[in-house]
Amino acid sequence: MKRSITALIAGSLLAASFAAFAGPGAIEGVEKQPVNVSAIAMFLVFVVATLGITKWAAGKTKSTADFYTAGGGITGFQNGLAIAGDYMSAATLLGLTSMVYFKGYDGFIYAVCFFIGWPIILFLIAERLRNLGKFTFADIASYRLDQNRIRTFAAIGSLTVVCFYLIVQMVGAGQLIQLLFGLEYNTAVTVVGILMMVYVTFGGMTATTWVQIIKACLLLGGGISLMLLTLAQFGWSFENLFTKAIESHKAGEKLMIPGSLMADPISALSLSLGLLFGTAGLPHIMMRFFTVPNAKEARKSVFYATGFIGLFFLVTMVLGAAAISIVGTNPAFFEGGQVGGKLIGGGNMPVMHLTKAVGGDIFLGFLSAVAFATILAVVSGLALAGASAISHDLYARVIKKGTATSEQELKVTRMASVGLGITAIVLGIAFKDQNVLFLVALAFGVASSVNFPVLILSMYWKGLTTRGALWGGIAGLVSSVGLVILSPTVWVKILGNKAAIFPYDHPAIVSMSLAFFVTWLLSVTDKSERAAREAAAFEEQYIRAQTGLGAEGAHAH
Amino acid sequence: MSQSNIQAKIRSNPKFAELVGKRTRFAVILSLVVLVPYYTYMLLVSLQPQLFAGKISDGSVITIGWPIAALIVVGGWLLTGVYVSRANGEFDRLTEEVLKEARK
Repeated sequence: MKRSITALIAGSLLAASFAAFAGPGAIEGVEKQPVNVSAIAMFLVFVVATLGITKWAAGKTKSTADFYTAGGGITGFQNGLAIAGDYMSAATLLGLTSMVYFKGYDGFIYAVCFFIGWPIILFLIAERLRNLGKFTFADIASYRLDQNRIRTFAAIGSLTVVCFYLIVQMVGAGQLIQLLFGLEYNTAVTVVGILMMVYVTFGGMTATTWVQIIKACLLLGGGISLMLLTLAQFGWSFENLFTKAIESHKAGEKLMIPGSLMADPISALSLSLGLLFGTAGLPHIMMRFFTVPNAKEARKSVFYATGFIGLFFLVTMVLGAAAISIVGTNPAFFEGGQVGGKLIGGGNMPVMHLTKAVGGDIFLGFLSAVAFATILAVVSGLALAGASAISHDLYARVIKKGTATSEQELKVTRMASVGLGITAIVLGIAFKDQNVLFLVALAFGVASSVNFPVLILSMYWKGLTTRGALWGGIAGLVSSVGLVILSPTVWVKILGNKAAIFPYDHPAIVSMSLAFFVTWLLSVTDKSERAAREAAAFEEQYIRAQTGLGAEGAHAH
Repeated sequence: MSQSNIQAKIRSNPKFAELVGKRTRFAVILSLVVLVPYYTYMLLVSLQPQLFAGKISDGSVITIGWPIAALIVVGGWLLTGVYVSRANGEFDRLTEEVLKEARK
């Protein structure tokens, strides 16, 4: 194993450095930037450090519990940072700042929507999740329901969300890295995919967790330093910052109030439902709750994670608002030097230009490296969640009915990680130059309409039966995917039809309601013997969920 | 002692009912404290955006919308702290007692 890690380290370093010097011979993307040496150097430091950690983690990863949950030995504080690392993607940093830069206050509303799920996860889900689950979210969904059908369906739900999310991240990675590092799109996607495979395959949850912790610290540290440097330019005065922003932005004072983004209340409601409950249904986030030893630490993790995520969102708001006057009035950041025209590198770049303006080339290199690291950390968490759905749920439980040995399961999970890595690279390249925003709506739509209903009902509702959960899940899956296809983004912008059949980009208001309704209806009308057994089994599950009885031993090995 | 025996003991312990009742109430109240202001806020930014146009003080350009949104974020986080401190203290002590008494 050591030798193969070393070989892979060498391989990916070579790939990165080769790409760095590939230079003008490569096919030029329209927005490809000159090779950024300081950014690449700093990123290589990150890669070497995290590969060192992976090597250390590989030595500690001996059992399936080590692989899936780092043996349950992560502290609440560490897990809080790692959850924040899982949730704060490069898209969050670039997207939220860019939204404030272009739309002003509307960006803040969006940030609040992305944040608000966290307190609710703590109050209603976190400790039950920890007390009931072992390795995956399907453990809980199928706790007292049919092990074959519900576990298979929950695993499919996880894999669907993981795949949509992975494509978004890979395409984002390719575009971002081509912009920031001057690397070729395909090279960037391949480097991300290979590093992800190495972290997950060899280091499992331990390596993934530390990659996320380091990345969260870098991202928070980088963001806060940038904010302080920026605020210094405005004499530490928000008043001054916003006055300049209003002067510089074409929307003027309108910048400061809610605008068109949330103008339709149903659309706003659907978006907020999807984000609120979708967050709770993301498999890579749920999986993080099994890495801590008990419910006490699980609660602490959400407290720290919520704090870090909230802080980060507030920092991005300041950065976005500051970029309006600093970036928005500087011809150096516009194509052809035309202020108010097209930003160099595209609409997601305000925070990067701001970094260059207040921190110079070295800081820009640093933040670019952090953005790259961020993508790596997020895709690693996703790959691990996907691999565990394949190996723990589908292989060990459904196919082998629990008779697989630890070694067999580990072998399958490593193969699954490699398979997911290759899939991610292929899909990343296939979706090049596509508008992948709808995939975010899809990921959250499926998470909120397929994973979340079965999760919450299995924990809270005695009457849930296999029939209800299965058909409710299918209803949620079909309606969320179907409605996204019929939405303005896909039906009109991508497929080129005239008018959208479903008027909202986020399906949750319909698909989630439908999933809950079908689950309820087909559960209460289920008079089968199995349904009675499942209701009777609720008692044991309930006591375990409330007290942790039987959960303490879950990680002993 | 068998697992189902322990479960029966837990179930019949009045402290278990107390734990579940108190914790459920607390969690529901805190969820409402987060969700009611949040959905009120979402409805108002959607239907009555001009409500957020007032300035935080005379002569300021900053509208009240900014501190309100920041308050939802900071308040949401502080409430997680409130929940964790009570759950990791009072509720966990109760849980331990219930488990200890059931294993006797």
